[in-house]
Amino acid sequence: MRNKVLGVFIAAACFLAIAVPLPAHHGAAGYDMEKQLVMKATVTDWLWANPHCFLRYDTTDDKGEVAHWTVEVSNPVDMTKRGWSKHSLNPGDQVTVTVRPARNGAPIGQLLKVVLPNGQTLMGWTTTVR
Amino acid sequence: MLSQIVNSTIGGFAVLALCVSMRAQTAPPQQPESAKNHKAAPAPRRDLSGIWAPEDTMEGISPRGVKTHAPFTAFGENIANNVYKPGDGPRRVPIGLVNDPLDSCDPAGFPRDLLFELRPFQVVQTSSKLLLAYQYQQVWRVIWKDGRDLPKNPDSRWYGYSVGKWADDYTFVVQTVGTDERTWLDNAGDPHSGDMRVEETYHRVDHDTLELTVKIDDPKIYTEPWLARDKMRLKLLPDNTEIMEMICAPSEAEEYKKSMANPLSK
Repeated sequence: MRNKVLGVFIAAACFLAIAVPLPAHHGAAGYDMEKQLVMKATVTDWLWANPHCFLRYDTTDDKGEVAHWTVEVSNPVDMTKRGWSKHSLNPGDQVTVTVRPARNGAPIGQLLKVVLPNGQTLMGWTTTVR
Repeated sequence: MLSQIVNSTIGGFAVLALCVSMRAQTAPPQQPESAKNHKAAPAPRRDLSGIWAPEDTMEGISPRGVKTHAPFTAFGENIANNVYKPGDGPRRVPIGLVNDPLDSCDPAGFPRDLLFELRPFQVVQTSSKLLLAYQYQQVWRVIWKDGRDLPKNPDSRWYGYSVGKWADDYTFVVQTVGTDERTWLDNAGDPHSGDMRVEETYHRVDHDTLELTVKIDDPKIYTEPWLARDKMRLKLLPDNTEIMEMICAPSEAEEYKKSMANPLSK
């Protein structure tokens, strides 16, 4: 238990230590930096666009209710350097997404990570740009 | 009690060390020892041609605007505080209120192209001019070096009117006037007037390194001249580097606004 607490503490401290401003026209104030959601998702659209690429997907909760989410990552140039492409995601793909949601409760967020159908993990909104 | 403090301090340093170690893992690949010891060749005389990029990518992007600027005049302060609504920096507003001209794909203009999203750019040098082709918004500008004077009463342009000359064999100094006051200086909504004069200094330290200094002289908006970039280091990239496409398309920007920015601002 103590190790688990220590691990969480180190992870949180490191996140604060290495976080750098996000490369966008706007800051990230609208997102809940303390929260991450992991969802099973069905891709409905993947837009490879400026100023930010974004993913649309559907997710179904325990009661069978379907929610339509839209989540953003950085621009195509930065995402290409992280191993993404216009063809990374396709409508109908079953994926697992990790998302930092909006503070206002709208089904939008920053896409932090996606696990593709083939098991490959792509990192989304990270704190560094090369 | 003392031992608790000592343990906490040691723990703090340990976390810091671990963080530094993890940060190193996210940094670009380390150069081999032979490359580290490689000393760049001397700078060529009077030559800036090549593909250049900020050594520190995030410094080039500068999402929060310039590090510091001279105090505003009363006129400048009014624009900064009451007219421009930036999405980042010290005066940032909620996303729904942002009126950054870039959000509708207006040109970044000069010198915002040097103070925000400065990414790889190509310098092509001819006998009479330099052509600078930038990745961000895929725009280019001309710097005349044929000895002409700056225009006396120029029409405003998004990227101004620039002339430059060699101060010595390794230092090229550019003067620009006639900028369009609809553009912002940076991502923090720092304003400029149409009377602004900008001086860029490109100093070639060695074959692989260039230093960029940008001086803003705009008495309408700032009480004194100031440096928006101060010897920012640029590195020479291989000539086969592909400068990627980074274009703001109004239809894509509108889709982003509809799908992300508007719901986020509610």
